[in-house]
Amino acid sequence: MTNIQYLAPATLDEAVRAFAAAEGAARILAGGTDLLVQMQSGFAKPGMIVDVKKIPELMAIEETAGGGFIVGAAVSGATLERHPTFGKIWPGALEALNLIGSTQVQGRASFGGNLCNGSPAADSVPGLVAAGATVTIQGPNGRRELAVEDVPAGPGKTNLAPGEIAVSFTFPAHPAHSGDAYLRMIPRTEMDIAVVGCGVFLTMDGETCTAARVALGAVAPTVRRVPDAEAALIGSHLDDAALETAAAACRAACNPIDDKRGTIAYRTSVAGVLLKRTVAIAAERAAQA
Amino acid sequence: MNEISNKWIGERTIRPDGIDKVTGRAAFAADTSMPGMIWGKVLRSPHAHAVIKSIDTSKAEALPGVKAVVTAADIVDFPVDTPVPLGIQDMRWMCRNVLAREKALWHGHAIAGVAATSEAIAEEACALIEVEYEVLPHAIEIDDALAKDAPILHDFITFDGKPSNIAGTLEHTKGDVEAGFAEADLVIERDFTTRPVHQGYIEPHACLVSTAADGKMTIWSSSQGQFMVRAMTALLTGIPQSNIRAIPAEIGGGFGGKTIIYLEPMAAILSKKSGRPVKMVMTREEVMRASGPTSGSKSTVKIGVRKDGKITAAEGIYWLQAGGLPGSPIRGAVGCALAPYDIPNGRTLGYDVVSNRSKVAAYRAPGAPIGAFGVECVLDEIADKLGMDPLDLRLKNAAKEGTKAVHGPTFPLMGYVESLEAAKAHAHYNAPLGPNQGRGVASGFWFNAGGESSAQVNITEDGNVVVTTGHPDIGGSRAGIANICAELLGIDYRRISVLIGDTATIGFSNLTGGSRVLFASSIVVTESTKKIIATLCELAAKIWDIDPEAVIWEDGEARPAGANAGQFPPLTLEELAARANESGGPIGAGTQLNTTGAEGGFGTHICDVEIDPELGIARVIRYTVLQDVGRAVHPSYVEGQMQGGAAQAIGWALNEEYLYDKNGKVDNPGFLDYRMPVASDLPMLDTHIIEIPNPKHPQGVRGVGEVPLVPGPAAVRNAIHNALGIYFDDLPISPPRILAALEGQKAAAE
Repeated sequence: MTNIQYLAPATLDEAVRAFAAAEGAARILAGGTDLLVQMQSGFAKPGMIVDVKKIPELMAIEETAGGGFIVGAAVSGATLERHPTFGKIWPGALEALNLIGSTQVQGRASFGGNLCNGSPAADSVPGLVAAGATVTIQGPNGRRELAVEDVPAGPGKTNLAPGEIAVSFTFPAHPAHSGDAYLRMIPRTEMDIAVVGCGVFLTMDGETCTAARVALGAVAPTVRRVPDAEAALIGSHLDDAALETAAAACRAACNPIDDKRGTIAYRTSVAGVLLKRTVAIAAERAAQA
Repeated sequence: MNEISNKWIGERTIRPDGIDKVTGRAAFAADTSMPGMIWGKVLRSPHAHAVIKSIDTSKAEALPGVKAVVTAADIVDFPVDTPVPLGIQDMRWMCRNVLAREKALWHGHAIAGVAATSEAIAEEACALIEVEYEVLPHAIEIDDALAKDAPILHDFITFDGKPSNIAGTLEHTKGDVEAGFAEADLVIERDFTTRPVHQGYIEPHACLVSTAADGKMTIWSSSQGQFMVRAMTALLTGIPQSNIRAIPAEIGGGFGGKTIIYLEPMAAILSKKSGRPVKMVMTREEVMRASGPTSGSKSTVKIGVRKDGKITAAEGIYWLQAGGLPGSPIRGAVGCALAPYDIPNGRTLGYDVVSNRSKVAAYRAPGAPIGAFGVECVLDEIADKLGMDPLDLRLKNAAKEGTKAVHGPTFPLMGYVESLEAAKAHAHYNAPLGPNQGRGVASGFWFNAGGESSAQVNITEDGNVVVTTGHPDIGGSRAGIANICAELLGIDYRRISVLIGDTATIGFSNLTGGSRVLFASSIVVTESTKKIIATLCELAAKIWDIDPEAVIWEDGEARPAGANAGQFPPLTLEELAARANESGGPIGAGTQLNTTGAEGGFGTHICDVEIDPELGIARVIRYTVLQDVGRAVHPSYVEGQMQGGAAQAIGWALNEEYLYDKNGKVDNPGFLDYRMPVASDLPMLDTHIIEIPNPKHPQGVRGVGEVPLVPGPAAVRNAIHNALGIYFDDLPISPPRILAALEGQKAAAE
């Protein structure tokens, strides 16, 4: 019989100590919406589970200056949705997180879990990358901070070192006339996993786009930022030519696989379509912000 | 025709199972537990096709906590050369379906079962069973199974004198098809494919089996027929039926998929060996890998018409996947395909094809949607080419009372034409369409069915009513029976409790399926209730000391038939129940019949879709189901059946399919990637009930549940054609397929 040790430490230091000491036999439990499913299917067989939901820093939401936020890595989608200002300032990041799973799953699913699960199709990750969020990580050797796009390393893999735990996400100050958005393509209307996901953040100066971040999900082994698409948007009026150049850059950035969720040709084509549609929403939000 | 007053029949009375289901009190199969109970788990084949050379269970049996192990050696063998039919199944295939015998025929085929003191120990023990396999090449798709060098699944099956994966054929002919095509001005022929689709019941298969020291066994399980559970378990274990009591749990969906059993014989043997109650519950993954979907198919349909649209000949050739053991629903495909039409020269032919997939099970109008798909698609193209309205084309060729169908029977009174006329007049059909939108129609037929049913109606001592029938309720039969019994007795339906008896407490009743249950059970309930009314009138006559013929039953009380009968105050049901011992004693009546007189049902669907041409997504935005149901005894349930069938049809058309990897393993064994529609994918599905009462039934019932799936896949496909001008002949019409076709269309135009 396999025995599983369950820990729910109240401090981060305790969690890191236990996680590191288990030397790879442990898994972090945030909402468990991936871990418990993996365990049930026999895919994951951890010897220890470290539940991080008792650690205050992982469950906190703090608004910082200028529309910035620090969001605990285990804060659930439902909790963040109910926050009075987060969704007004970062609607794209929030909608990306809120698209995961059902209402029940929303009570558990978190940015930290979604990122550390390492799925190329993680919905919230393109949203975080587009928002320019960084993640604070704590491990046996102390704290460090990484851009979110630097965390995924491949399907099911991250660049977190052994014993490291994602603590919180830092959203930068939100410039005036900026907006973010996330769209995904799924064959159904909900309860599905992205065939393609697209996150966009834009800052506008009148008609001109002055800053842009574009991230694609489910089209490569990791969520991918698309600098060529950003370059095509920055300085443009978001006119058809600029959008087509950006869409082409998104298609070029695709390196997908044929799998049960979509074909290479389909995913590549859809990446360009979603870019244009997501930019339109982000631009409208920027105009109102 | 019925002469009933309609006080309760046709009323939307409160469903008797509703409160239990919404409060969680309803007991489904997995909800039953017992002291001393242990858990059974199944070892399943890791290969799609392999000879089982040996099974060594010794290590599993030695694991602490393991109480019993079962393999095919414990199951009664039914030699392959002697058919033993049981309903639509054959025990030769059932015994090999429940536990693989000579060969593992699909990935996930049950190899052995273990019962242990916990699920975890049982799972661990399964992993300790050593099976020596000789792995064979496998065939998943029909073309793979029919290829010249295809791996042959069963060496005892031959076709045209050679070993083959074609396990059977069925053909219907009428007139001279070649001569009919020669008379045609326009002949359209197309090839189609449909995919295997799972019934998608929310409740996985589950059972609890307890065996007493004297060998008497009780089975609690979720099925569409407790008598089917008893009979199959008895045959597969050698236990007499009288020693098995099968108790039907509340059922969490079946749609045909619970007309066969998987776990009960294993649990029965494990319980018998261990002396402990054994519980087994499938995971969703097991349901998807090892329980029966409906067949995938390929077909060629050819229809010839004159310039005026009159069909001169029609032919449909169908290949249906049976899974690893014979028995695909070719009867439904070849019988229903052409049934809606008056066709002078027709031929349908079906092939039953085995391949290395889980054995198919019944699924709502088994085979009929496959038969209808090609026919309704070709008719769409003919209407288009002739410039005719597709409903007018169908009206021109519609089968009517007296039409001799290609599959044999001459139709009695029925409401197909009415469904077409209602569709033509419907606001939906005449509403304008927006950009990227399209509209399609299609029709469909299902046989419906009668068969064995039993009912016991008892008057309680306080003058209320308990009705017991023998059919699990999957479509509202309890609510319908309450309405009918209330109508006949002239009392409020809330005074009637309708229960489903177990195999020891009610007489034999065939399983719930084929849209037969309300048809058949209302016949036996009506008979029993009439007997009770006669008894009540006799009792009143005795109390009044007049002739029984001088008493009538009205509004829930006995009354003198007229002034000549005498002047007596009426006797109510309560008063008569209290005085039952003054004549004959307790009041109740049972009826057991092999019911006949079921007549087919027809329906027509209208579907609107909207296409996102950049993403290739087709969304159904409006849908109307029109159907002759005979008599809508409980309209909410009738509408629910019509909506449920259409919802499943939309899944067939747009999304659902099994995806296999190169090793013959299902790659999407769960609801995440096996994409049934979710509620937000569908618009409100509108219904239009047509009532042409079945003259051979006391309440005019025809059967409802199967027909509304049959036209659906073609209605969606025809709507997509109308929107895009592209014919999709392969299901599902998923976004990548639509986008690729649109890109092809664009490239061709450039």
